[in-house]
Amino acid sequence: MNAVTVNNIIKSYGTKKAPVPALHGISFDVPKGELFGIIGPDGAGKTSLFRILTTLLLADSGSATVDGFDVVKNYKDIRNRVGYMPGRFSLYQDLTVAENMEFFATIFNTSIEENYDLVKEIYSQIEPFKDRRAGKLSGGMKQKLALSCALIHRPTVLFLDEPTTGVDAVSRKEFWEMLKRLKEQGITILVSTPYMDEASLCDRVALMQSGNVLSINTPTGITGEFGKPLLAIRASDMLRLLNYIKDYDEAEDCYPFGEYHHAVMKKEYNEEKLAQYLAKGNFNQLETKKIEPDIEDCFIQLMKN
Amino acid sequence: MSNGTAISVDKLTKRFGDFTAVDNISFNVTKGEIFGFLGANGAGKTTAMRMLCGLSKPTSGTASVAGFDVYSQTEKIKKSIGYMSQKFSLYEDLTVKENIRFYAGIYGKPDGFIKEKTEKLLNELRLQSEAGKLVRSLPLGWKQKLAFSVAIFHEPQIVFLDEPTGGVDPVTRREFWNMIYKAAASGITVFVTTHYMDEAEYCNRVSIMVDGKIEALDSPTQLKKTFEANSMGDVFLKLARKAVRAAD
Repeated sequence: MNAVTVNNIIKSYGTKKAPVPALHGISFDVPKGELFGIIGPDGAGKTSLFRILTTLLLADSGSATVDGFDVVKNYKDIRNRVGYMPGRFSLYQDLTVAENMEFFATIFNTSIEENYDLVKEIYSQIEPFKDRRAGKLSGGMKQKLALSCALIHRPTVLFLDEPTTGVDAVSRKEFWEMLKRLKEQGITILVSTPYMDEASLCDRVALMQSGNVLSINTPTGITGEFGKPLLAIRASDMLRLLNYIKDYDEAEDCYPFGEYHHAVMKKEYNEEKLAQYLAKGNFNQLETKKIEPDIEDCFIQLMKN
Repeated sequence: MSNGTAISVDKLTKRFGDFTAVDNISFNVTKGEIFGFLGANGAGKTTAMRMLCGLSKPTSGTASVAGFDVYSQTEKIKKSIGYMSQKFSLYEDLTVKENIRFYAGIYGKPDGFIKEKTEKLLNELRLQSEAGKLVRSLPLGWKQKLAFSVAIFHEPQIVFLDEPTGGVDPVTRREFWNMIYKAAASGITVFVTTHYMDEAEYCNRVSIMVDGKIEALDSPTQLKKTFEANSMGDVFLKLARKAVRAAD
């Protein structure tokens, strides 16, 4: 059974005369127990989609269900069974850690004790500070408290809107390890992120840009659809190298990618001819190797086509 | 890279009560260099950057930015630098042109200079037809590129960029770095923080802060050698894991 179904959802903001489109007819399903990632930059429509699915915003048209309930007709049922962690810290800043937890547990007619096993791993890390006001917590601790509060009523579906934005690489890694363990408890998780490298940590992902879904698949499915030879090339003069490759007729695209440039080649490109062309450029420490595309390569190609 | 030092920092320290946010850091940034300033959340990056921008007085140590002292010449520093962050950049309810005019005016640039350079800038960014539109209506990527152009409009010696590409799509992110390269080539020193580890590779040199101290400073190539890592991401993970103090 599907935990979430989304069927041709359209949403615009602004006025009738000057509409600002946010979602252009989005459709997808998320089976129960899946860790589903929505990957896209700011303005892709991630937050609008989450707000519609958590019944906080009405779509202009289309339909959606969460845990079998319609987001318009059965909004109360949905609110009882989903957990939502918005992108902006939304707990009560002048309540303590423990008071926030108790507040959210009470609202859902439960208690911290009843579901302690579910939040234990996360909450135990902030429990030493349980008498501190939420507003006085560090960023990492706020994030853990918000996740604990979103989980305290044992939701069936968990919505996490950009939980790792602005978070450093180490804390991001820890957060994803936490999500994996939550998934093992049977909770369906929808998580949005602007970081392309986090896609590989999901079961399936939807790549979104400007209100459209560019592709939905498993991470390996998406990279498998790339379909063109990809090379990583570097030399001592990276800026000149970039323009030099861009001028080559068998290169479709070339862009910086960390310490290498990635060159998307035409299917029928000739290795030897390219090697000769590069040699003519007189680059120092030239290195060329064939590589497999990652999600960011795919996103760039999908955006450009 | 042209000769000369844009930023020199010696034993710079900032304490808040008994908490040492920035702990005795020393480094130099060369003119025209792209200098990556990395660290985990709470490592002390923002505090250090605020001192270098003349917004916060150090507890001890010395530093000069564009040749001016961070204790006594903060107003001169502010005139010699540009600043841009993901959070604060442009006024949403002013038009593109009004934003340019406003910032250039604040830095005391003459009308003739502003007029001429505005046209050139709008051309380069291909924003001519958007010049009269409110900044609010621009896509995020364009906003960030415009914000960067505005930050260097008054031709500062140094520009500080605080996570300039957060949340920006991968294509625009690369166009943004192209602009950074151009600015550096024209002699502007670039001091940049980022959470994208691939962007650390685009810097001439990178420093990594852990618990208020600079734990590593070198070119990306050299850092990877020293720490026996495949990528800057690995270098960062190896260093930042040592942190004992809680993230901000």
